Amino acid sequence: MDQMNSLSIHDDPVPSPSSEPRKQKKKKVLLMGKSGSGKSSMRSIIFSNYIAKDTRRLGATIDVDLSHVKFLGNLTLNLWDCGGQDAFMENYLSQQRQHVFSNVGVLIYVFDIESRDFDRDLLTYRSIIAALSQFSQSASVYILVHKMDLVVPNQREDMYNDRVSLIRSKSDSFDPTPFATSIWDQSLYKAWAEIIHDLVPNLDQIEKHLGSLGKLIMAEEVLLFERTSFLVVSSWSSKGIITSDKDQPAQNPTYDRNERLSNIIKNFKQSTSRYTGTPKSAEQFSVFDLKMPNFCMFLIKFTTNTYLGVVLPPGEERFNAAKLNCYIARTHFEDLDSPARKSADRGVSGDSGELA
Amino acid sequence: MPVLHTGRRRSNQNRSYNGPARQGPVRHLSVAQLNLERVYEQNRLNVQKRDGANAPEPAPGTAAKGKPRLLLMGQRRSGKSSISSVVFHKMPPNETLFLESTARIQKDAMHSFMDFQVWDFPGQLNFMDPSFDLDAIFGEIGALIWVIDAQDEYHEAINRLNSTILNIYPNYPNVNVEVFIHKVDGLSDDYKLDIQRDIMQRIQDELSDHGVENAPINFHLTSIYNHSIFEAFSKVIQKLIPHLPTLEALLNDLCRACRFEKAYLFDVLSKIYIATDSSPVDMPSYEICSDYIDVIVDVSEIYAWPRPPEYIQLLEGPPWNKKLEDQTACNDAESCIVLTDGKRPIMLREVNKYLALVAIMCEGSYEKMPSVTMNVESTVKGLTEVFNITRQRRE
Ligand SMILES: Nc1nc2c(ncn2[C@@H]2O[C@H](COP(=O)(O)OP(=O)(O)OP(=O)(O)O)[C@@H](O)[C@H]2O)c(=O)[nH]1
Ligand SMILES: Nc1nc2c(ncn2[C@@H]2O[C@H](COP(=O)(O)OP(=O)(O)OP(=O)(O)O)[C@@H](O)[C@H]2O)c(=O)[nH]1
Ligand SMILES: [Mg+2]
Ligand SMILES: [Mg+2]
Repeated sequence: MDQMNSLSIHDDPVPSPSSEPRKQKKKKVLLMGKSGSGKSSMRSIIFSNYIAKDTRRLGATIDVDLSHVKFLGNLTLNLWDCGGQDAFMENYLSQQRQHVFSNVGVLIYVFDIESRDFDRDLLTYRSIIAALSQFSQSASVYILVHKMDLVVPNQREDMYNDRVSLIRSKSDSFDPTPFATSIWDQSLYKAWAEIIHDLVPNLDQIEKHLGSLGKLIMAEEVLLFERTSFLVVSSWSSKGIITSDKDQPAQNPTYDRNERLSNIIKNFKQSTSRYTGTPKSAEQFSVFDLKMPNFCMFLIKFTTNTYLGVVLPPGEERFNAAKLNCYIARTHFEDLDSPARKSADRGVSGDSGELA
Repeated sequence: MPVLHTGRRRSNQNRSYNGPARQGPVRHLSVAQLNLERVYEQNRLNVQKRDGANAPEPAPGTAAKGKPRLLLMGQRRSGKSSISSVVFHKMPPNETLFLESTARIQKDAMHSFMDFQVWDFPGQLNFMDPSFDLDAIFGEIGALIWVIDAQDEYHEAINRLNSTILNIYPNYPNVNVEVFIHKVDGLSDDYKLDIQRDIMQRIQDELSDHGVENAPINFHLTSIYNHSIFEAFSKVIQKLIPHLPTLEALLNDLCRACRFEKAYLFDVLSKIYIATDSSPVDMPSYEICSDYIDVIVDVSEIYAWPRPPEYIQLLEGPPWNKKLEDQTACNDAESCIVLTDGKRPIMLREVNKYLALVAIMCEGSYEKMPSVTMNVESTVKGLTEVFNITRQRRE
């Protein structure tokens, strides 16, 4: 580890010493791709509350930037943002090979759609894949075809599909999950939300409980946000929005709503941070209520690492009862979030000031 | 349909990939879509020469019939069209780089809480030319906004402004002249103040040399790259609002009753505030309230899809047995967010199709929300009455 540079820009959430969980799970996540493809940019947006414009200030990453992100379910992500200049890449593949590629949980490989030498990018990708299969056979691989905003809209789909099929063919025994992304819209949130969704332990349990909570409070949708990234790590939609066809309940037609909501809230957190003078990484709000004529919703600070979002039909009674029930359910979810913490040191309302 | 309920987007374009977004919450609208929302007429100026040297009547007061006019004048490329596009057509600031020079007067009719017009003049137009009917231009004026590019040499701009004032002042002494010292983004605070002092001095000297004292001239430091342009417009428009003192009194009462730190009455689409309580306006509180409106509009856009009638029937059936609108306390948009810092809530309440009340509450007052809501309710009633009266008078 001593040769690792940590010139990182991260502002990790600081866990208070008392909450240091006993059974911590760690996941090593490699973020790779050629220099300038946008790795540090996305990491800063997702985990350090940068806005897209801020990424222009980032310099090339020297060697590896390591950050630890404490996550729900007692999970700590060890994020390795690997500088992509040739000299570093060669070094990862030779001297540091075992150090870099062993115990990898996830490899996120970023391709720059604008790259002039895609064949060369593919070759590098192949070598990385070879090293990964040597040391971490069971890792999951995600490929992000990035900077899609630079492609004319009507060519995006073709170009993306083209690249993805070529990349797939060079992926050995791995079965990579592909995404088209750009820091200039919510596509980045979508990709990372899915990656993180796959990483969170106990998620099936959490989802089951979200579903029963949703039914109990007659919600239309329930969303669980990870608090640092404000990504939706889990969501549930009601099948009770009945239509004339009994077997075909209605759904909110905005399919990318979760990413969009993350984006809206993260942007507003920039404003509140400016307003209050508190750091962007701080929790900026504890409750958000919205009542409209044809729906209502609330977002509340939920467990240590999460916010909960609920969308409901209009109605004062339903709204109040639902909110109350969610606060009651909080303790229960807290155990799924960080099982090692004693429930005793969490008061229902004592939710502020836990950030350093 | 109120914007707050449905969001801004009206298109059913292909959403499989949403293109590059801009800074701020992602929006998906083109200027063309917006124009639909806010009926956007662009008439050709039809300058008629009127016979005879009829002495123009004094400018009618702002409450007079007709639509008050905001005239945007100034040198070429000083930023007039940019201002009008950013404030009234939601154009993202960086897209103004592609605006073409204005060839003829662009008239925008704004149908909002009150109807008014914005006239964007071509910079090179010499409207002191005798062929122009001054009365047609200044007759129903609400304000003359003179835009000066602070990043450029501004002596010529000031000379023209001075001669304009001297020309119209004798006949239209009530015209408010609002000088926008514009493009101050990128200038240091000291430099901004220096420029402002210099410009004020030059105008005052010239006017008093010609025996004009105390002409109603106001100065604003503005930029389209931050909220300052909206703030400046807020101040300009407030002078045109009939019953402004009544609106302010209502907001003052509300702030006192609920111990609000600050309350703004916003025009939702332009995000100009048309009234506020009497405590001093500070940019940060204006910005946060303005950004909060964006959040509500953007969130509503996602979740306000029309629910199927069968589902609504179910919700109105047992055990509630009530129409949905009777299950809610208020049929307009209502929202509140509690900031972690000092537990300060910010609340928003829709007033009518165009207006929303946004207020910053005092620390720890979220628990008192029910009584706050009641007070807000009665303020909203008062505000609505004021606007109804104004409308009736107009019609
Ligand atoms: N147009 C566009 N530019 C992007 C996008 N993502 C990142 N960029 C820009 O790409 C440039 C390089 O980004 P970095 O994140 O520093 O690249 P990197 O992959 O970390 O590079 P190394 O650290 O050298 O490996 C920055 O100027 C970003 O603003 C995107 O989605 N679209
Ligand atoms: N930096 C900066 N540039 C601005 C600002 N407002 C406008 N501009 C730029 O100024 C240039 C000219 O803007 P226009 O709005 O076309 O100017 P105009 O006054 O309408 O010009 P004419 O129609 O020729 O009279 C554009 O490139 C704008 O992007 C501002 O607040 N700051
Ligand atoms: Mg980097
Ligand atoms: Mg123009």
